[in-house]
Amino acid sequence: MTTTSPPQTGDLSLPARPGWPDATGHFGVFGGRFVPEALIAALDELTEAYEAMRVDPAFLAEFAALQRDYTGRPSPVTEVPKFAAHAGGARILLKREDLNHTGSHKINNVLGQALLTKRIGKTRVIAETGAGQHGVATATAAALMGLSCTVYMGEEDTRRQALNVARMRLLGAEVVPVTTGSRTLKDAINEAFRDWVTNVETTNYVFGTVAGPHPFPAMVRDFQRVIGDEARAQVLEREGRLPDAVLACVGGGSNAIGIFTAFVPDEGVRLVGLEAGGDGVDTPRHAATITGGTPGVLHGARSFLLQDENGQTIESHSISAGLDYPGVGPEHSYLHDIGRAEYRPVTDAEAMEAFALLCRTEGIIPAIESAHALAGALVLGRELGSRGAGGRGDEPPLLLVNLSGRGDKDVETASRWFGLGDRQEVDPGPGLDTDQRPTEGAVSNAEAIPPDQVGVDAVGDVATGGRTNAGSGAGETA
Amino acid sequence: MSALQERIGAAKAEGRSALIAYLPVGYPDVEGSIEAMVAAVGAGADVIEVGVPYSDPGMDGPVIQEAVDVAVRAGVGMRDVLRAVEAVTAAGAVPVVMSYWNPIERYGTDRFAADLAAAGGGGAITPDLIPDEAGAWIVAAQEHDLDRVFLVAPSSTDARLRSTTAACRGFVYAASTMGVTGTRATVGDAAEKLVARTREAAPDLAVCVGLGVSDGDQAAEVAAFADGVIVGSAYVRELLEGRGVEGVRALTRDLAAGVRRAGVRA
Repeated sequence: MTTTSPPQTGDLSLPARPGWPDATGHFGVFGGRFVPEALIAALDELTEAYEAMRVDPAFLAEFAALQRDYTGRPSPVTEVPKFAAHAGGARILLKREDLNHTGSHKINNVLGQALLTKRIGKTRVIAETGAGQHGVATATAAALMGLSCTVYMGEEDTRRQALNVARMRLLGAEVVPVTTGSRTLKDAINEAFRDWVTNVETTNYVFGTVAGPHPFPAMVRDFQRVIGDEARAQVLEREGRLPDAVLACVGGGSNAIGIFTAFVPDEGVRLVGLEAGGDGVDTPRHAATITGGTPGVLHGARSFLLQDENGQTIESHSISAGLDYPGVGPEHSYLHDIGRAEYRPVTDAEAMEAFALLCRTEGIIPAIESAHALAGALVLGRELGSRGAGGRGDEPPLLLVNLSGRGDKDVETASRWFGLGDRQEVDPGPGLDTDQRPTEGAVSNAEAIPPDQVGVDAVGDVATGGRTNAGSGAGETA
Repeated sequence: MSALQERIGAAKAEGRSALIAYLPVGYPDVEGSIEAMVAAVGAGADVIEVGVPYSDPGMDGPVIQEAVDVAVRAGVGMRDVLRAVEAVTAAGAVPVVMSYWNPIERYGTDRFAADLAAAGGGGAITPDLIPDEAGAWIVAAQEHDLDRVFLVAPSSTDARLRSTTAACRGFVYAASTMGVTGTRATVGDAAEKLVARTREAAPDLAVCVGLGVSDGDQAAEVAAFADGVIVGSAYVRELLEGRGVEGVRALTRDLAAGVRRAGVRA
């Protein structure tokens, strides 16, 4: 494929669909369906409706129009040279999913699944959400299409992402704080499945990532692959070449699959997924599922997961609510298994350094999730530069980073991190020493907003007392 | 004929349904859960579902979640489960392990089958493992002569009823309603219809009904059309609310009387 113009948005019938999964949703040994029998009929119905819809010109036209006129696709590609000055001489391009309506890539998938919900004649959607981005996107699509909407969100996450809770309620969705288990994304998914099995006749589960039982991993990939389809054509058009590496953060993995898929056949393009390393993968506090996990079954599919010797899921930890998930989509486990993609951990501290650096150098506030990919690009750029291995000839390495979301929702977490943490004690990690560039305009400790005054009034009853983010590590180390 | 088939067949010969009691290992602690299981056997339970604690019990309602969460946090594992299986066998009932799939896979499918058989276990019920994904388990179960119980639901198509029951041995677990575990005021017509459809798909397989049965009257209602009555949340509630083994015995007596007053079935 050497086209130099972006493909039509929403064109799901592109021929380059990977040869996986198989007809029953297996990516090698991963994927499949590990769900109660009661859900099989609904999953079959969804699979059948989706397979018919994805080749239906009327659906494709409606989906494309929504992506263009409502989401604002195609999203641009932005070069960030001042940020890249810290990346060992590599050039860095950002795919700007942060500019989508609702502020992240999540809208791509949700519009597709909401259309599908209408097509199978259901009137209610449910969703799980971690950072709140998928919940906001689902609430948005439900408002647009006149569907009733319930969003399950771990109680812990409703506190650290209070702004998104308010946003979902403004959009007319019911937000149910989940108080079971670790009170985060994994428990929200359990609760959403319980709702679905009870109300399956009227309700469709709009799953937010490329995990879960078949057909979700393949279907969400198809809805998200527009990211990579656009980006590949955009990079070819402006550079006349493909990038040397494509980087994306991986929690469940939908933005990463979204940008990877178009590049999977391009063997010369490295695909790099950045997992949430939390306090470090050598500590118990991380969410780096492929780096630090083992294969098993969680939430309806076989994939890598964080589990103990009894097969119990281990609670994950990350400063980023959207990456704070002990599982990962089965296609990532497969890409790891066959060696087509590599997965690396990025600690909270490394991600927050990259977060601050992008803000200061380029005037873009990224989602903390996406900041993990940015941190990975700084490290990879330095590795490539230090080996003297430019892209080709004298050209510097060209890195494409998926900026999957914007950081408005993370401003409070960031102010706490930078306001309370003594910067001298935050180890930026190897290769991320930004002292070479003074932090002009950065918030100093003295200017920081006291934590008990952050965000209290803005979010109503949700962040009662302003106590937030007990599990993020950031506040606790201060 | 397996021990489970014999036990359900013996109940049928008495003109009644079998009483199947679920209790999770590790609540309130391992010893306490084993005592509760033995108490249920003594008071008339034919089969004990020995529950394996799991961190993400997607098919369970709040009652079982609460108890199992305690067991998970206490680190209860398959070794404790196997000890409970031995105790139930010794007490004279047939133990069947009830487990979400990941704890079994993590323990090792073959190792689980071998150790379960050695402990006297009859087999396993796997609520989130459909036969389509169960190849390794079916092979291991055959190897060790264990029963494997899969689930059918009101939403199952006739084709799935046929394929699922064909993969079962021992009995098939008919989920009475679309939903999660928990006590309900009524069991509803859906269960009876499902049992009838399931019998049509597999005339020779015992059909036991679970989800929602909490007292003797409901047990009698279900026993009128099912080969076995499965009770879970009502048992766990006895323990959660502090009535202990006495509560378990009283509930068992009520249920055991219920399965005996359903009248003669065809």
